[in-house]
Amino acid sequence: MVPEIGHFALALALALALVQSVLPIAGASRGNAVWMKSAQATAIGQVLFVAIAFAALMQAFIVSDFTVRNVVENSHSLKPMLYKVAGTWGSHEGSLLLWILILAVFGAGVAWFGSNIPAETKARTLSVQAWISVGFLSFLLLTSNPFERVFPPPLDGNDLNPLLQDMGLAMHPPLLYFGYVGFSIVFSFAVAALLEGRVDPAWARWVRPWTLAAWVSLTAGIALGSWWAYYELGWGGWWFWDPVENVSFMPWLLGTALLHSAIVTEKRDAFKSWTILLAILTFSLSLLGTFIVRSGLLTSVHAFAVDPERGLYILGLLAVSIGGSLALYAWRAPEMEPGGLFRPISREAGLLVNNLILAAATGTVLFGTLYPLILEAVTGDKISVGPPFFNAAFIPMMLALVVFMGLGPFLSWKRADIAGLLDRIRFVAVLAVIATLAAWYLLNGGPIMAYLAILGAAWLLLATLREWALRIRLFEVSFAESARRARNLPRASHGMTLAHAGVAILMMGMIGSSAWKSEEIVFAAPGTEVAIAGFDITFEGAAQVQGPNYIADRGTLVVRRDDELVTTLFPERRYYPVAESQTTESAIRSTLAGDLYTSIATPASDQVNNAGAWTLRILYEPLVNLIWIGSILLVIGGCLSLSDRRLRVGAPRRAKQPASDAVPAE
Amino acid sequence: MKRLIAGLPFIAAVIFGGFFLWGLNPDRDPNEIPSVLISQPAPAFDLDPVPGLETPGLARSDLVGNERPVVVNVFASWCVPCRAEHAVLTRFVERDGMRLFGINYKDKPEDAVKWLNDLGNPYERIGSDLSGRTGIEWGLSGVPETFIVDGDGTVLFRYVGPVVGPDAVERFTTALTQAGALPNGAGS
Repeated sequence: MVPEIGHFALALALALALVQSVLPIAGASRGNAVWMKSAQATAIGQVLFVAIAFAALMQAFIVSDFTVRNVVENSHSLKPMLYKVAGTWGSHEGSLLLWILILAVFGAGVAWFGSNIPAETKARTLSVQAWISVGFLSFLLLTSNPFERVFPPPLDGNDLNPLLQDMGLAMHPPLLYFGYVGFSIVFSFAVAALLEGRVDPAWARWVRPWTLAAWVSLTAGIALGSWWAYYELGWGGWWFWDPVENVSFMPWLLGTALLHSAIVTEKRDAFKSWTILLAILTFSLSLLGTFIVRSGLLTSVHAFAVDPERGLYILGLLAVSIGGSLALYAWRAPEMEPGGLFRPISREAGLLVNNLILAAATGTVLFGTLYPLILEAVTGDKISVGPPFFNAAFIPMMLALVVFMGLGPFLSWKRADIAGLLDRIRFVAVLAVIATLAAWYLLNGGPIMAYLAILGAAWLLLATLREWALRIRLFEVSFAESARRARNLPRASHGMTLAHAGVAILMMGMIGSSAWKSEEIVFAAPGTEVAIAGFDITFEGAAQVQGPNYIADRGTLVVRRDDELVTTLFPERRYYPVAESQTTESAIRSTLAGDLYTSIATPASDQVNNAGAWTLRILYEPLVNLIWIGSILLVIGGCLSLSDRRLRVGAPRRAKQPASDAVPAE
Repeated sequence: MKRLIAGLPFIAAVIFGGFFLWGLNPDRDPNEIPSVLISQPAPAFDLDPVPGLETPGLARSDLVGNERPVVVNVFASWCVPCRAEHAVLTRFVERDGMRLFGINYKDKPEDAVKWLNDLGNPYERIGSDLSGRTGIEWGLSGVPETFIVDGDGTVLFRYVGPVVGPDAVERFTTALTQAGALPNGAGS
């Protein structure tokens, strides 16, 4: 019964979306206020019905209703409850439903909180959002119904892919989708602006909180995914330039550019058509990601069950949404009048360079990701593009970006004072060089690129701190005065400082764990000793243990440094009998200085097995935790900026309170 | 000029869309690795027989000059899928008259002898590739792999993985029939 309610709710949501895609926009062009207003009700109705459908599916997973095909294929009665719940979005159908739910949430968010947005803009935006809803709801209902029944119902399910049974991964898709899909509302705003033919600073201000919210979630989602790959997959790496990683990274890069160009539109009324284009392209890349993951177009470690028919349907959606919006852009954008002028050395110019580099970086990743497909189509050759290409092309661009990131916040709008600028950054530049030389002296050895990156990271961190110190006049005035200034700074400004510092810290983690990583792979019989990065590790043997829904071979590794016991690690190789698959549970000793990472695998050949030997993989990744810390700073920075009063959605202007208010009557 | 620039993103999107449409072709499998050996002469090799087995060894010259194309199967006793595939290959030999040669890949001779004694020996000749050198020449990506080689010594077809299950058997049968490797064109 419950699954049918869910199915029916989806159909109702589609009906509401159809109404919303026509009525408000028609109202906006005719000046009919009631029609425009209808978007409010339909948007909120939509989110209610989609939420009912989502809850119905989740209920089916929680009670293990094996009459529903989706539950049979992705769940099992013995699975821990958390992963039963997470199983709701573990499949193609369920994750698409989540996608649609988030789409509806953002639509309803604008309907609910957007009281400061003019009625016409709001009506058009919500109609455009409804077009996307119609496309994806019909896709779900027509090709991938999550509530399909199965008869006769099997006794138990097939289990969720055990790789996905991890806390990090349970949270990864919702966050990632919140980011991905969050850009949809920015896209809708952009299309609405193109239809109206008007973009102004107010528009940029309405769009910014939504962009920020989406960007923050996407950042968190990507970081979680990377963290999951690092801890769960047992590969001992955090980024692999896999096509599916790339498709989540591209909207992030372009979204970052959008975040910055929207500032220029907001403050200086410039970069208008560029901001619109970025808004369209960012969501287009999100859609592209959805398409690539679900169509089996490229070969990747991530994949849903692949079905060409679904691929064709999504490609159709892409053609309409991306093709349509870009055609609209080609038609309307040239008519937008350019905004404020600026000198070559100014905040605007700095942000322009930032945007150009980020766009070029996005283009590089896009090209590298799709190149195998293009080459195969043109010449028939099959190749894969791997980390060497991306590292060679992407890292130098990022280093250039970092130089400007440090510089940008010092620049003033319109025209910056060059002499004053040089004066303020000279000290920082010298300090960054000294830090790099010190690193070179201490580490002696390592790739030259790594030292350039250290220089970049040190520069960025120091310049960011220096700029913040200048703002609150740290050490120039009394401490209390500085603290007062810090409190009075807009939160968006603190947000920027935190986020930029986060990037610098993130970079240090990346440099440390890629350039100074040590790795040992050994066939080890019990008693074998391995020395790595100052640790002496003894393999004591492996034993079989029983988990709730798996059987594991657990190795025991005793870690010593200078003959003193540091810790004992227990890496596991788990076998899930129901899903008939295996996972690696690495054991990690984590400190700020670096991670000692161990994993165990059964030997590749049976001949070796006779000797009781196991394959051990032991890595030392210096500073790797700075990656997660940097990511957290980025997220906190984004949240701080989001909580800035200027951007708070629907917040009324603060009225001056009379001072006598607090005085009690006598 | 301004119009042209504003139209560029659209044009780029259309071009990408064209590639995507092409890429959705259901016959296309991005995970498939094409063999560099297809339509190329089989590599030169000369392998000794497996010690303790009556079956003679295998060299490239044995593959050439046959009346019909022959099949070369790379197997090992330590390879579990090979065990499953063994029954299928045996059936092709006994029922359909396929001619089968084997390369015993990185296998201890006594294990291989025991394996063949247990399961039966459908191979006319077996070369023992202890070092794995011949496997490299053939460009193996794993065991088992199966090749069809015609009378000129040209590799016509390569199958990666075990020929087990209806789909695999059908693909393999089609390849055998097209190559003319079966006597009277029979096949199931």
